[in-house]
Amino acid sequence: MKNKGEIYRISGPVVIISGLNTKMYDVVKVGTEGLMGEVIGIEGDKSTVQVYEETSGLKPGEPVENTGMSLSVELGPGLLESIYDGIQRPLPVLKESMGDFIKRGVSANGLSREKEWDFVPTVKKGDKINGGDIIGTVQETQNIEQRILVPPNVSGTIKEIMKGKFKVDAVICTLTDGKELMMMQKWPVRKPRPVSKKLTPSTPLITGQRILDGLFPIAKGGTAAIPGPFGSGKTVTQQQLAKWSDTEIVVYIGCGERGNEMADVLYEFPEIKDPKTGRPLMERTVLIANTSNMPVAAREASVYTGITIAEYYRDMGYDVSLMADSTSRWAEAMREISSRLEEMPGEEGYPAYLAARLSEFYERAGKVKALCGKEGSITVIGAVSPPGGDFSEPITQNTLRIVKVFWALDAKLAQRRHFPSINWLNSYSLYTKALGPWYDEHVSPDWVKLRNDAMELLQKESELQEIVQLVGSDALPEDQQLTLEIARMIREYFLQQNAYHEVDTYCPMEKQFKLMKAIMSWGDKAQNALEGGAAVEDIMKSKTKDDLAKVKYEKEFDTALGVILKSMDEEFAKLRGK
Amino acid sequence: MTKEYKTINQIAGPLIFVEKTEPVGYNELVNITLPDGTTKRGQVLDTSNDIVVVQVFEGTGGLNRECGVRFTGETIKLPVSKDLLGRILSGAGEPLDGGPRIVPEDRLEITGAAINPYARLPPKDFIQTGISTIDGMNTLVRGQKLPIFSGSGLPHNEIALQIARQAKVRGSNEPFAVVFAAMGITNEEAQYFMRDFERTGALERAVVFLNLADDPAVERLITPRLALTAAEYLAYEHDMHVLVILTDITNYCEALRQMGAAREEVPGRRGYPGYMYTDLASLYERAGVIKGRKGSVTQFSILSMPGDDITHPIPDLSGYITEGQIVISRELHRKGIYPPVNVLPSLSRLMNSGIGATRTREDHKAVSDQLYAAYAEGKDLRGLVAIVGKDALSDRDRKFLEFADMFEDKFVRQGDDENRDIETTLSIGWDLLAELPEAQLTRIDNKYIQKYHPAHKAQKQE
Ligand SMILES: Nc1ncnc2c1ncn2[C@@H]1O[C@H](COP(=O)(O)OP(=O)(O)OP(=O)(O)O)[C@@H](O)[C@H]1O
Ligand SMILES: [Mg+2]
Repeated sequence: MKNKGEIYRISGPVVIISGLNTKMYDVVKVGTEGLMGEVIGIEGDKSTVQVYEETSGLKPGEPVENTGMSLSVELGPGLLESIYDGIQRPLPVLKESMGDFIKRGVSANGLSREKEWDFVPTVKKGDKINGGDIIGTVQETQNIEQRILVPPNVSGTIKEIMKGKFKVDAVICTLTDGKELMMMQKWPVRKPRPVSKKLTPSTPLITGQRILDGLFPIAKGGTAAIPGPFGSGKTVTQQQLAKWSDTEIVVYIGCGERGNEMADVLYEFPEIKDPKTGRPLMERTVLIANTSNMPVAAREASVYTGITIAEYYRDMGYDVSLMADSTSRWAEAMREISSRLEEMPGEEGYPAYLAARLSEFYERAGKVKALCGKEGSITVIGAVSPPGGDFSEPITQNTLRIVKVFWALDAKLAQRRHFPSINWLNSYSLYTKALGPWYDEHVSPDWVKLRNDAMELLQKESELQEIVQLVGSDALPEDQQLTLEIARMIREYFLQQNAYHEVDTYCPMEKQFKLMKAIMSWGDKAQNALEGGAAVEDIMKSKTKDDLAKVKYEKEFDTALGVILKSMDEEFAKLRGK
Repeated sequence: MTKEYKTINQIAGPLIFVEKTEPVGYNELVNITLPDGTTKRGQVLDTSNDIVVVQVFEGTGGLNRECGVRFTGETIKLPVSKDLLGRILSGAGEPLDGGPRIVPEDRLEITGAAINPYARLPPKDFIQTGISTIDGMNTLVRGQKLPIFSGSGLPHNEIALQIARQAKVRGSNEPFAVVFAAMGITNEEAQYFMRDFERTGALERAVVFLNLADDPAVERLITPRLALTAAEYLAYEHDMHVLVILTDITNYCEALRQMGAAREEVPGRRGYPGYMYTDLASLYERAGVIKGRKGSVTQFSILSMPGDDITHPIPDLSGYITEGQIVISRELHRKGIYPPVNVLPSLSRLMNSGIGATRTREDHKAVSDQLYAAYAEGKDLRGLVAIVGKDALSDRDRKFLEFADMFEDKFVRQGDDENRDIETTLSIGWDLLAELPEAQLTRIDNKYIQKYHPAHKAQKQE
C-alpha cells in the first residue's frame, strides 16, 4: 500500500477510501479539493474517513492523500480572543477567504503566521529543561501572560535561547542535541496532555449566580452537567458562567447550536468587563463555534479541540473553565457517523462506546499539578439537551454517572419565568462538604449553616405544598404559613436572578451572604414575633419584607440593605409591642 | 450529453440502485427517463464504484429496470432572478402558473452553505405583526426563526396569513417579500393561501412553492430548500427583507422518516431518523442577518404537533433549534378566541434585543412580564377554584381570576383583520393591569407606573 489512495464510496460525511496506508486518526486530504478528513476505521485495504467539510459532488476514484498526522490543534500565542470552527480554523480567516458562507476546501492555520509576539525568556543557556517546563513568556492580552511551554515529549539542555519579537513558528530555542523549539506547538486533540499529578479540588468556582454559589457550588477543577428541555436556560446559564466565573481563562464551545447565539457572544464579550480585572471578557476567552448546520464531523471534533486548548492553559498554571453547549449534539454527531458506518447500535441508536467517550472527556477536567510544577485546573460544564426533556435518556444518564454537580433545569420553572430555572429539590453538588472550610474562611463561619437552613426550608415547603394543594393555605397552622412565606422569599428574593438585569446579573459572594442572612433573619424575627403572640396577618404585612424583594437590584446594595435591616428591627419591635 | 445507463438493479420505495456506472458524484442530480418518455428527477444518496443509490423525487411509481438514468454531473440548483416574485412554482421548482420559465440571473445550490457565525449580525429590528400576543409578549425580530406550534384543526393558517399581510418594521417602508412553501398540505388549504395572496395583492411580492398532499412525499425534502434558496437570493442579492413561511414542517419530517425507512436506517426516537436534528437545523438556520448586507431572512413556519404533544420529536427538535415558539391553544380556540395564542408556553428568545426605549417603548418589558405573571397566576387560580370553589378565594385572588378572563377576552382576542400597533397593544395591557391593585404590580418600576398607568395618566391630564 502507498501514500496515495482513492475514494471508493461516499455516504454523507463518511467516505471509504481504498489503497491508502493509514493509521487510526490520521488526517487525510480527500478528493481533488483536498477536503480534510480523519481516519476512524480500517478494514482490509479500505479505510473509513469522516470528512470535516461538505462532501457534495465528491466522486469515487478521486485521489486521497495521507498527511500521516493525527488531528491536532496549534497551541501558542494568539488563541485568546479567537473564534474557531470545530477543527480550529479561525472563522474571520474563513470569512476573508470564502465570504459570508462557509464553503469548503480552504485550510487555515489556527494561529496567525504573520503576527509577531514579544518573547521574554525565563531560562538561559545551559539550563536543563523537561517536557512542560516554562521557557519564557509572552503578553498575550493585557492581563494574560502566556507561558511558553516545552512540548511534553521534549527534554534536553539549552544551547541557545532568543529574546525579542518573533512569529509563532520561528525558532526561539535550540537544544544541545539540535532540537529546535518554537512558541507554537501542536498536540493531537484526542490525547489528553500529561500532568504531573491530579489533585483534589478544594476551592469553589465563584460564578456570581446565587443558586449555583449558594446551593450547588462547583469546585475549580470540577465537573457539572446542566440538562434541560429547550428554552429552559442552558445557554443563558453557560453564558453567565463564561461571563462571571472567577477563572482566568474561558473556553466556550458552541457545539451544534445556533449561529445567532454565537454572534451574540461575539458582540457582547468585547463590551463586557471582567469584574476582577476590568478588561473586556473577550481577552480571556477562546470561542469554538460549530453550529448545528456546519458539518457534523467537525462538530464531533469541536469538543476535543476545545478541551485541548483548555489543557494547554491549565499546563501553564491557570484556572480554566470550559463550557460545552451542548454535549447532546456532540453525542448525536457520534451517532450520525456511527450509523453511517453501520456499526452495531447501542441504546437509542447511540454507539456502544458513548459512555466511554463521555467519561474520557470529563476525565480531562480536574485540578492538577502541571509538569511545570504550578497548579492549574479545568472546570468542565456540559449542557445536555434531553429529547422531550426526559432525563432518563442515555446522554443525561451517562453524564450523571460521571459528573459531580447536577443542575437540573425545570421546564415548569422556566414557564413560570422563575430564572435561573434550576430545580432546587432535584439538583445536587457533591462538592459542598469539601468546600465548607473555604467558606468558613473566605465568606463567613455562618455561611454553611445559613445555606443548610435555607435548603431545609425549601424542602419543608415542598412537603407543605402538597397539603396546600388539597386544603388551601389558610387551613395550615400559623407557623407553617410563615414557613411557606419564608421559603417563598428564599425562592423569589434569593434564588431568582435575572441574567439581563444590569446589577443583578452578577452577585458577589459577600452580597449573596448578606442577602441570605437578611432573609433568614427576617424569618427568625417573624417566628419570634409569632411565638410572642403577634398575628400572622400583621407579620405578613411587613414592609421590610417587600423591601427585601427589590434590594438585590440596588446599585448601592450595602446602604440599601442597612436601611432595611434597621427598619426591620423597628418593625418587629412594634409588632411585639402590640 | 451525459451517458445514459440502463443498469437499474433494484427499486425499493423511493430509491433506485444503479450499477456499472462511471464515477458519480455524491448528491448529484439525476434524470430518469421512463419507457413512455416521461422524466423524473432524483439525487444521489450514496455512491461507490459498485453501486449508486438514487432517491427519486417524484416517487418510483412507473419505474422499471428499462428506465434510462443520466447523472447530470452537478448538484441540484435553483435558477433565480428577481422575476421569481409573483410566481407560483411546484414543489420541485417548475412553473405551475402557466407563466414562462425563469430566465436565470444565477443558478444556486439549494442545500445552501452555512452562514459563517462570524459574519452574522445579532437580530434586533422589531417586526410589528399587529397581533398583541406576539408583539407585546413574544416579539418577533428580523432574522429570527420563530415557528407556530399548532395542532390539527387550529387556525394557524389564518394567523400566518395575518402576519404575512401585516408584518412591517416600524419607521420603514421597506416591504417584506414573502416566500411561501407548502409541503404536503391539502389543495384546499393551498387555495386558501393563494386566494388571500391574490386578494391582498401580496402575490406580487411573493414566491410560492407548492407541494400538495397528493404530490410525492420525497419532493418535500427539496421544496423548503428551494424556498430558502429563493429567500436568500432575494435577501442577500436584492436587499429585500424576506419572510419565509414553511408549512407544514410535520409533513416534511414525515417524508424524512419515510426516506430513512426506505434506506433501512437504524431509526431514532419514534421512528424518526437520528439525524433529524441536523437536517432540520439545515433549514431553520437559514434565517438571519449578515453584516454588511441590507436584506434579511425571517422564518415563521408552521408545525402541527402530532396529538398536541409538545414533547413529540418534531416540535421537540424544532424547539431546540428555533429561537422560541408561538404555541396555539386548543382550549382558547374552543372558547372561540382568535388568535388562540397561549402566551405561557410561548417564547421569543430574541425579544429582549428587539424591544425597549429605542425600539418599541421603555415600559414594554415590564408590561409584558407583569401581564405574563398575572395571567399565570389567574390561570392557576382557575385550577384551585375547580377544587375549593370561588367563595374560598380572597379578594385579591378573585381579582387575578377575573384578570385572566379579561386578558383572554381583550388582549388575546382580536379580529383577523385587526392590525394593532405596539402602542395600542401596550395600552390594552395597561388597561387590564389597572384592574389589579396597584401594589400587586411588582414587576413594574414605579416610574413607569407613574407615567403609563391609566389612573396616574388621567390625573396628570386633569
Ligand atoms: N437567568 C435568566 N434570566 C433571565 N432570563 C432567562 C434566564 N435563563 C433563561 N432565561 C430565558 O429563557 C430563554 C431560554 O433560555 P436558553 O436559550 O438558555 O435555553 P436553552 O436551555 O439553552 O434552550 P435550547 O436547548 O433550545 O438551546 C432565554 O431566551 C431567556 O428569555
Ligand atoms: Mg441553548
